[in-house]
Amino acid sequence: MSAAPIPHAPGREAEVEGEEPTNYLNATYGIGSWLLTKDHKRIAILYIFGVTFFFLVGALFALGIRLELLTPQGDLFQSDTYNKVFTMHGIAMVFFFLIPSIPATLGNFLVPLMIGARDLAFPRINLLSWYIYMIGGILTLVAIAAGGVDTGWTFYTPYSSAYSMTNVLPAAIGVFIAGFSSILTGLNFIVTIHTMRAPGMTWFRMPLFIWGHYATSLIMILGTPVVAITIFLVGLERLFHFGIFDPTLGGDPILFQHLFWFYSHPAVYIMILPAQAVMSEIVTGMTRKRVFGYEFVAASSMLIAILGFLVWGHHMLVSGQSVYAGMIFSFLSMAVAIPSAVKVFNWTATVYGGSVSWEAPMIYALGFIGLFTVGGLTGLYLGTLGTDVHLHDTYFVVAHFHYVMVGGAVMGFLGGVHYWWPKMTGRMYPQMAAKIAAVLVFIGFNLTFFPQFVLGYVGMPRRYHVYPDEFQVLNVLSTAGATILGIGYLMPMIYLVWSLKKGEKAPANPWGATGLEWQTPSPPPTENFYRTPEVTWEAYDYPALAASGELARTKEVARG
Amino acid sequence: MNPSSWNLGHFRLFPESASTFCLQYDLLFWFITAVTVFFSLLVAGMLLVFMIRFRRKSDDEVPEGIHGSLALEVGWSALPFLLTMIMFFWGASIYANIRRPPDDALQVNVVGKQWMWKAQHMEGRREINELHIPVGRPVRVTLTSEDVIHSFYVPAFRTKQDAVPGRYTTTWFEATKPGEYHLFCAEYCGTIHSGMIGRIVAMEPAAFQSWLTGQEPGVPDLPPAVVGRQLFEQQGCATCHSGQPGARGPRLNGVYGSKQALAGGGQVVADDAYIRESILNPQAKVVAGFQPVMPTYQGLLSEENVMQLLAYVKTLAAEQQGGTHE
Repeated sequence: MSAAPIPHAPGREAEVEGEEPTNYLNATYGIGSWLLTKDHKRIAILYIFGVTFFFLVGALFALGIRLELLTPQGDLFQSDTYNKVFTMHGIAMVFFFLIPSIPATLGNFLVPLMIGARDLAFPRINLLSWYIYMIGGILTLVAIAAGGVDTGWTFYTPYSSAYSMTNVLPAAIGVFIAGFSSILTGLNFIVTIHTMRAPGMTWFRMPLFIWGHYATSLIMILGTPVVAITIFLVGLERLFHFGIFDPTLGGDPILFQHLFWFYSHPAVYIMILPAQAVMSEIVTGMTRKRVFGYEFVAASSMLIAILGFLVWGHHMLVSGQSVYAGMIFSFLSMAVAIPSAVKVFNWTATVYGGSVSWEAPMIYALGFIGLFTVGGLTGLYLGTLGTDVHLHDTYFVVAHFHYVMVGGAVMGFLGGVHYWWPKMTGRMYPQMAAKIAAVLVFIGFNLTFFPQFVLGYVGMPRRYHVYPDEFQVLNVLSTAGATILGIGYLMPMIYLVWSLKKGEKAPANPWGATGLEWQTPSPPPTENFYRTPEVTWEAYDYPALAASGELARTKEVARG
Repeated sequence: MNPSSWNLGHFRLFPESASTFCLQYDLLFWFITAVTVFFSLLVAGMLLVFMIRFRRKSDDEVPEGIHGSLALEVGWSALPFLLTMIMFFWGASIYANIRRPPDDALQVNVVGKQWMWKAQHMEGRREINELHIPVGRPVRVTLTSEDVIHSFYVPAFRTKQDAVPGRYTTTWFEATKPGEYHLFCAEYCGTIHSGMIGRIVAMEPAAFQSWLTGQEPGVPDLPPAVVGRQLFEQQGCATCHSGQPGARGPRLNGVYGSKQALAGGGQVVADDAYIRESILNPQAKVVAGFQPVMPTYQGLLSEENVMQLLAYVKTLAAEQQGGTHE
């Protein structure tokens, strides 16, 4: 173990004197200073407002779904309305919450800080990406307000291109536009990580958060153009009757599914890789221990990004695709499960022998690992050819992808927000409330989605407005769980906002963690570091951190 | 919500089992479940134990770092890989079985349409949102759609197949016990997607035979091949496909199932998909020796009509075998 001392965090002098030092939040004032900012940290905050808003929109639609499904009859909505409600739940959550959630907020804030850079490579493009995202989002909201869209978030043809009578075009254009924001963010991260690492920050000294975001960015720039083109083609067919997907015009509806899933399966990894990246940071930070098998976790991220592009056909095993194509896609889907399993085992091994803190971020991290493990393992039923046939397009699939995307990505997002909140805002939040919220989310989530695995096995198809009586009990359980889940999600919004004014002031390094972002004040100054850091240690070198006296200092500040 | 809408009495945790797929399917399902439960509990258990055993005892505690272990990494990559390979091969063998109907299967045509299932038996009987089948005999269903994508799903049989407009897909099953089972549309297809449901009525073979030959009151249903022959004449197909020397279209006797040389070179097997394409998009693959003069029948024939013409063309193949050539 190298005992390279970690230099004293620059800028500490100002902190000690007790007066509020200049930081990125108080450097300038006024709405214009935010809307025209080129500071990656402020853009991250703008994104937090955006994704929180769309999360609430999506959650409102989820509430509608769960209330309607309390009874087998359609007693709350007309069928058309219900179809629009589940479609808009999916569109808001997938394209406007999940995909940007971690990369555009935590990633935007932390990528430059973690590699010791002053900002992202292209600050103006970064701001542009937020505006593009908001324009796409507002257009989709207009489509919703003007009557909604009912194709499902998957926009399957020929329903979307020829048969739906709803606002498919405005919604599709909204998604198309938002895609560019994703591409620009990915581009920015890749260039930044390649060219702006601090002296001494070699590739294998980078925090795993950076590896995860690098892998995510690759998918963003390689995959997103494909879905953009696909949605564009749907628009062309709808407007001008080009025969691309509609068989009555000479098109092929299955072609759409190939193109759509070529992006949308990797898109699942856009959602989960950043959450895994957050986990690697929290698990090491909260156990003060080097991550077990650093190289394997980093390589797993890259492997997931690459293999993720080769498994799209497992969404089409009952579409009439050839048996042999099905076998290849099934085999590759099994292969992509392995790197995720490796990560889970490595995190577990990291906890072994650690100094485990029971603070809120760790509780979220445990919840993530538990739910993501179930989500990943239940993917095996769907990647396995024989078992997928019965479960395909049933509630089993709904349960599986909610375990991965909500249990995984949202839990990761919340964990990350709780871990870096002190850094972003300079304030601590009430620990007990945060732990209670984490436990409520975990319980509520399982009660909501576990019954849906059973529903799917029993045979309830997804996207059903009206359903046979025998499915009711499980649906009632699911709605009950959703109520608890909703409370679990509302709590952080309350105590985090409360903490902005009333929370204790956060020290530079409240958890006693390694990583450059903890070496600069909370909140960081606009230029991130007063002096460019020079990196002479490996990632997660806790003994060195302790030797530098950093941990003892953290304790002082926390108590003082 | 009125109280009568709360009917919680009959719920189930396991699907009904009524086809020959069920046992092989459920064995694999529960194998994967065992793996899932084992690993979920293993990870959760280890995490909880480590959380408690290694909880932080003092603020400035710093544990020894462990860089990792190649043996462990290889082990916990290889073991899941082996388990997933068992699932892969096991699942693939079931899938190959589900996707390949036996040759002696009873044929039924089913067309999905917003928002109903229309079925026709080869003896002529038609039904909507119901499908009567005999137990103990494989039934092969040829599926297509009149409009958007639908999916033919019978949970009690553990089988599902999309009905895709513009192409034929097939599925098959063999019911093992008489009864009524859910037939669902599993692919979202618009407003009344959840109302596109029906029932499969599995009957003892004798009961099925008498059902099949019985007719609903009113106009009797003719077998699809007979309707196909009528269509063949009404639509003027016979004018060109007359079978006379010098006719504008190829003679159709013996065509079904045979290899045909194409005008642009290459050849094609005249299967269901090719015959369908030749009716709706005749210019796509013209048989060698003929001009691309046939007009499309897209829009003039429903998918059911095309299936009836196809049934007629199939009978021509059978005629040829006992006929004059070869």
